[in-house]
Amino acid sequence: MRHQLAIQIGPVAFRIGSAWRSPLDALAGLYADYPEPADGLCDFTVRLEPEKFWRRFIRPSVAIRGDYILPDAVPLSLAHGLLAAEMGMNLQMALGQKRYLLLHAATVEKDGRALVMTGESGAGKSTLAALLGERGWRLMGDEFALLDMDNGLLLPFPRAVSLKNGAIAVMEAEVDAARFGPRLDGTPKGAIRHMRPNGDALSRMGEGARPALILFPRFGEAAAVRAVGQAEVFIRLTQASTNYVALGRRGFDALTGLVRGVPALAIDYPDTDTAVGLIDDFRRELAA
Amino acid sequence: MAGALYIAEPAAAVSAVALDGLTLFFHAPSGMTHIVAAPAPEILGALRDGPADAAELIRRLRAHFDFEGDAEAAIRARLDELEAAGLVRRA
Amino acid sequence: MNNARLLVRALRAPASIGDCDWAGLVSAARAEQLIGSLAFRMEGRPMPARIAALFEDARRDSAHARTQALWEAEMARRALAPLDVPMILMKGTAFHAADFDACIGRSVGDLDIMVPRDRLAAVEAALLDAGWEHVKDAEGYDDAYYRRWMHELPPLIHRTRDRMIDVHHTILPLTARPRPDAEAMIAASATLDSGLRILCPADIVIHAACHLFADGDLAGGLRNLWDIDRLLREFASPDFWRILDERARLHQLHGPVARALRLANRLYATPVDHALAGRPRLSDRLFEARLLARNGWGQEKRKLLRFAFYIRGHWLRMPPMMLARHLWTKATR
Repeated sequence: MRHQLAIQIGPVAFRIGSAWRSPLDALAGLYADYPEPADGLCDFTVRLEPEKFWRRFIRPSVAIRGDYILPDAVPLSLAHGLLAAEMGMNLQMALGQKRYLLLHAATVEKDGRALVMTGESGAGKSTLAALLGERGWRLMGDEFALLDMDNGLLLPFPRAVSLKNGAIAVMEAEVDAARFGPRLDGTPKGAIRHMRPNGDALSRMGEGARPALILFPRFGEAAAVRAVGQAEVFIRLTQASTNYVALGRRGFDALTGLVRGVPALAIDYPDTDTAVGLIDDFRRELAA
Repeated sequence: MAGALYIAEPAAAVSAVALDGLTLFFHAPSGMTHIVAAPAPEILGALRDGPADAAELIRRLRAHFDFEGDAEAAIRARLDELEAAGLVRRA
Repeated sequence: MNNARLLVRALRAPASIGDCDWAGLVSAARAEQLIGSLAFRMEGRPMPARIAALFEDARRDSAHARTQALWEAEMARRALAPLDVPMILMKGTAFHAADFDACIGRSVGDLDIMVPRDRLAAVEAALLDAGWEHVKDAEGYDDAYYRRWMHELPPLIHRTRDRMIDVHHTILPLTARPRPDAEAMIAASATLDSGLRILCPADIVIHAACHLFADGDLAGGLRNLWDIDRLLREFASPDFWRILDERARLHQLHGPVARALRLANRLYATPVDHALAGRPRLSDRLFEARLLARNGWGQEKRKLLRFAFYIRGHWLRMPPMMLARHLWTKATR
């Protein structure tokens, strides 16, 4: 392919090929400071291609392809090429990752204890995780939690955080402008801006952590906390997993182990500061 | 008149994990996980004594458990579900 | 570098692969649905650690795919048991059920079965009763066309397991020029220890060969030929070649079977009966080029060649007048 880029994110290496230069320039800017794969190889391939060959030039249209493909995926405009690259990497993980149990969750770590936040889209997990990452926690990932099925550890997958709509301003107020990608308006999900995790998250992207708490956050309600029963946690985690059904007994053992070994709480929160406060309280209790 | 005889998947094929109030089954021959509530685990247990039709199954369960309400209808419904899930089959 | 060629070489002669474009090899294998087979062929060979780990993932995934495929067969068997109808497994599921070499690393998508044509309605009803549903896409023209002319029911999908089943009554559409003898296939079918049924070895090869060509644009062709290579090596014997020849003629598929043998021999060095395979044809090169038209990024190249094969594929299945009407109706929907 005309242009290419290779990036290592946690234990996973991607190579991204593109018919156009601009998406890869944007990606390279966003992922500055990430290592290239040490062996020059990759685990997954993403391809940004024209839907039809003439669409490389005329109203350029970026089809997201690669080792694993969604056949009916809608192509994006070239202006959103960076988003296409990110979606392409998500797709390879969602469809092709079989080594680790994948959960749609944001993960942060402090003092060796990992906090896994999962729930519906829009519940605010990405924003919470990004904020915690600036308030003394290490951001392990905002999109996918990787569970090592052999030892029960969570592995980091510190992708660029995908901030949407209102969350963009929240993080712009906290974080150096150099860590942001371009603001993309008019995407299918509204406005999106990507943010690179900080130096601590990147330098420790090879360091796993033991899960200590599973959290189901829900934004927009008065502050409340309740314990969640193990059966409910199990069901919700299988719904949050893209690859549980492909993993057979290993997945069953790993997920039941996680659910039986780690407490779970549901929290409602009216604003992120309240949530951050609640989470710091939990951490102190767990450490005590 | 005897109805269809049901057979349960052998215990060796099904790993059970009890969580609060529910049971998880991992069924090795299918690679699938099932989440079930009472009386499904009890039905499987009762069928492991040997194939039985629905009436015999109910008799076996009555011997060990108290029934409330329309337990018989519930048992037949759960039996159908277990069959659809592949954990029980007809002889 | 043409990584489809690298893929073929790695499958054919794993020991010949030293330093190579590993990323390209993996991408080509994934694109051709051959990553599982490749992972088993390359097991134990020296390679970078990352690639070895990917291959191990693929072997594990393959084991799970086998479990799921055999389970689908079992659930179909349970659903059809009261009907006392011969249910014959085909393609990848059949390889796994019979433990043929061709099953090693073989991924399986849908469950393919063959039943007698006069039992189709009963079979469909039993499957619907047992939790399968029609795939929502079939409607109007497509559904009517399918049932009238195709070799299989419109596809069904299981409502909880989300797996598809294709119920065939013969191996080629009724509009195709060759008219295979479905009754003869059913009559010659073999029963495994498990009670599941498969086609006889010659018919398995014949079915694989016509699948390679009847689908026209040759997508999945490298995998299909790999199946054929594995099957032929396992079945080869003087009797087998004789029976293959006879049954290929019976099913009016001698040409495609001969071509499959020549192509398998070209690509995978499959030992074949040269009388049956016949002399090489110029068009073999065209087929080979199409099969190898994938680069190191997994992209399909040589678009004009691909379009030519798509048209040809439809022509094989439909007489020209019907083809024109079909393509016209498709285009105007």
